[in-house]
Amino acid sequence: MTPELKGFLLLTVVKLLVVFTITMVGVALLTLMERKVSAWMQYRRGPNRVGFAGLLQPAADGLKNIIKEETLPAQANRLLFVLAPALSFIPALTLTSIIPWASPLPVRFDFTLPLLGRFVYDGLLPMAVADLPVGMLFVLAIGSTGVYGIALAGWSSNNKYALLGGLRASAQMVSYEVAMGLAVVPVVILTGNMAFSEIIKAQQQLAFGWFILPLFLSFHNFLVAGFAETNRSPFDLPEAESELVAGYHTEYSAMKFSMFYIAEYTSMVTISAMVTTLFLGGWDIPFTHWDETPGVLQTVVTGAVMFAKMFFWLFFFMWVRWTLPRFRYDQLMALGWKVLMPIGLAYVMLIATAVYITDSLLALTSPMLKMLILTGINLALGYIVFIVIDRGLLISGSKNRPVPGGLDRAA
Amino acid sequence: MAIGVKVMKRPERDVSYVRATLKGMMLTFRKMLEPKVTMQYPEEKSAPEAERGAWSLSPRWRGTHRMLTDEQGRSKCVACGLCPQICPANCIKLVPGEDEEGNRYPLIYEIDEFRCVFCGYCQEVCPEEAIHVGVHYENAEYSRDRFVYDLERLSSQTHPVSTLWDPTDPKGE
Repeated sequence: MTPELKGFLLLTVVKLLVVFTITMVGVALLTLMERKVSAWMQYRRGPNRVGFAGLLQPAADGLKNIIKEETLPAQANRLLFVLAPALSFIPALTLTSIIPWASPLPVRFDFTLPLLGRFVYDGLLPMAVADLPVGMLFVLAIGSTGVYGIALAGWSSNNKYALLGGLRASAQMVSYEVAMGLAVVPVVILTGNMAFSEIIKAQQQLAFGWFILPLFLSFHNFLVAGFAETNRSPFDLPEAESELVAGYHTEYSAMKFSMFYIAEYTSMVTISAMVTTLFLGGWDIPFTHWDETPGVLQTVVTGAVMFAKMFFWLFFFMWVRWTLPRFRYDQLMALGWKVLMPIGLAYVMLIATAVYITDSLLALTSPMLKMLILTGINLALGYIVFIVIDRGLLISGSKNRPVPGGLDRAA
Repeated sequence: MAIGVKVMKRPERDVSYVRATLKGMMLTFRKMLEPKVTMQYPEEKSAPEAERGAWSLSPRWRGTHRMLTDEQGRSKCVACGLCPQICPANCIKLVPGEDEEGNRYPLIYEIDEFRCVFCGYCQEVCPEEAIHVGVHYENAEYSRDRFVYDLERLSSQTHPVSTLWDPTDPKGE
């Protein structure tokens, strides 16, 4: 092993540990935040007994979940029942490895350890565990495998509610995977690259070059699909407690149950990071190019900026959860297949055409003008979609619900 | 004929779900910033109305009993037997006694607070204003038999007693 490779591996292991620790602690604190936010929105105070302002509540919950009795339904498929929490937990955690958390850090060291030998690293260290060239595809690929855990959990429990929850989860995640994939395509068209670091770089060209304005519909579709992918309210049909007891994790207890929770919150972190990276410039600080020159201070500050943006989206997840009621199942499917997918497809065509016209036909050199043109297109489209079409058409009312014999007979 | 089902005509062409969503989210956000109303119970407790305003028990609250005593520390009870007579739950056990001067007093006076329905009739019927229901709610005990309050226990309680009626409207008008 060359000293360079050893240095790289050492740094990767350090990054892995840091990202894993921060994600796990963050997820624990997110459960507290969820309860706090829900409480505040309902005039309550939320957990405030354990530790200062309830900060140790996640530790208490975790301890309780570890020492609780694990139950195994009599007719359950043992192997899959035990495997399912891990299957839903691992993909969620894997995705945190490719997110760039801050601007690259210049690192230079050269030291020798007894037994292990010489470690050398010199250059910019990407602040992602792995800055994959195919980052976007990786997200879509690994993200969809998360459904296995949920579907298998529902099936192996040998419980009708769990099975229904698992079936719903698979249908929902497969449907919204399409919308999510289509929402990402315009970003790839504008960037010309799948790597997250390049996507962020493309958004740094202008003082305020974030893709949220020129690709607003994409952003909207991605956000909605992200809610569905994480099984968060208003798309939490897989666990719909009023209909399905607790959905796919009805039969789970103790730490296995906790694993599903951790997976859900980790997915939330991932989706927040993705929204931030794809549409809000990742760790980019707007209206300045100071953050683009590598440095330790820059890494720290951009990391904080990334955290702030993600924190907003995490709060947004909770905000929506405690505001909107759950969708009906047919509405969910209608929204995915009849609204988000056609809009996504048309939007990809439109953006592709617009980019072709600006780049090839008009041969615009100024990225500013291109962004302005795209923003204009999005303003018009946004008006059409959110003001003109959105009149009881986006989410179908009762008129689309098939009633045997029709409603008139009953009336 | 089948049961008539009323089909609501919902406004389908006039609603914008996006704007309704945003409106709802603004509402929850505003509510989030408003002051919280939960009383932090073990630290904050309800107190008589004069002291604390909003978070207090009603003066008409009927809680566990209290026997009032006279200046010498003896219970005011004259063992007339009206309270066990009127008690609908039959939870008062009274054995009357009489001293050398002919004063009646209770030899045994016990109230089973588990059987009590807290109607307050005992206080209402008492001619000596001896037995009262109290404005009090922290009654936890470690065993069931501790809930049979004897005379000593009833006399040693210090919590305020119920007025049974609204002091601002004594005639119930």
